[in-house]
Amino acid sequence: MKDIKVLGPGCARCKTTEDMVKAEAAKLGIDVAVEKITDYEKIAGYGIVSTPGIVIDGKVVHAGGLPKSDDLQRWLQA
Amino acid sequence: MTTIAASLGRARKSPGAWFAGLTAAVALWFIVYRQLLPFARWLVGQIAIEPGSPLASSVEFFLYDTPKVLMLLTLVVFAMGVVRSFFSPERTRAILAGKREGLGNVAAAGLGIFTPFCSCSAVPLFVGFVSAGVPLGVTFSFLIAAPMINEVALGLLFALVGWRVALTYLAFGLTIAIVSGWIIGRLHLEGWLEEWVRNIRAGDVELQPDEMTWVDRFEAGWDAVKEIVGKVWYWIIAGIAAGAFIHGYVPAALLSRIMGADAWWSVPAAVLLGIPMYSNAAGIIPVVEALLGKGAALGTVLAFMMSVIALSLPEMIILRKVLSVKLIAVFVTVVACGILAVGYLFNALFS
Repeated sequence: MKDIKVLGPGCARCKTTEDMVKAEAAKLGIDVAVEKITDYEKIAGYGIVSTPGIVIDGKVVHAGGLPKSDDLQRWLQA
Repeated sequence: MTTIAASLGRARKSPGAWFAGLTAAVALWFIVYRQLLPFARWLVGQIAIEPGSPLASSVEFFLYDTPKVLMLLTLVVFAMGVVRSFFSPERTRAILAGKREGLGNVAAAGLGIFTPFCSCSAVPLFVGFVSAGVPLGVTFSFLIAAPMINEVALGLLFALVGWRVALTYLAFGLTIAIVSGWIIGRLHLEGWLEEWVRNIRAGDVELQPDEMTWVDRFEAGWDAVKEIVGKVWYWIIAGIAAGAFIHGYVPAALLSRIMGADAWWSVPAAVLLGIPMYSNAAGIIPVVEALLGKGAALGTVLAFMMSVIALSLPEMIILRKVLSVKLIAVFVTVVACGILAVGYLFNALFS
């Protein structure tokens, strides 16, 4: 079970990112728990400057802009 | 069909195919671009409008500028998308974190031009900078430069109005961002940040190594075209329509009286008018083009343009989450004064 957090104040891209993470995980058959973090204080605590950001098992893997699906698969399988 | 799709898929990943395709696309772009003016004239000739009338010159401006600006925008956005792939806000912060004020303000304003920035990211960016130890004044230099010196606006100004105005805009914007940030830093207003922002300590984040290939960068450029052109085209059409109206109907004598260099009050009026107005940077350029063509003073027009772009109400509402109202007021006042000062300066220099 991978613990995934999508960081973003709630802009359209953050929602899209969340959906992409879920879709890629489902495609790979990986069990994930996706949590959306919209609180600015918590987002800043992860040290990212641009949103949306993705945190997998406590590690920041992406910040700023929509992720690429190739990259998502790589991060999910790592 | 599947084989064609498969080979197309392979071609998308091949740098050679990208370079060949881009060269062909740019050549085609120039051929089409050179035909736009004759084509617009011909089209106007086909419509039953009296030649030389205000309506005819408005319609010609519109028909010529719409494809011209959209084509220029596509080219500029693609190039900037590729350039931007070399910068990221995280990397910018790492560069600025150790900087002192002064040099830091200069670096922040310069990086503000190229670092990808959207106003929905303003708060995380602001908090991320301040919590990583970037001085408040340096953060403001970045925050002022990033929306004000819009690289797309810069590219369009260069192509539509000429290099002199484009350079003026660049120098104008950088100076305001550097000096405003420096002043805000000197005022030591850290206490005016919202409480939680002062207490936060950013976690360390490992920077991902930059392993982008040229194909990735070209794809980033193309993504930028799809995203930005797809989002701003209606702003541009609106801007061109306003420009076309000015071009055809507003008498040059009237405009040079109210926006000429002799009207001292026109600069503050332009700044005040620009604050509540919010337009995408790309949409305002056709208006600038038309105003300058009618004899408006360069300083006044640039002051108006920067006020529209840099001082936007939606962004201030977003920033309210991290800044106290007092700090926002200081921010607006300092930037507005900077725009005023340089507006007057350029009116004096170029008239």
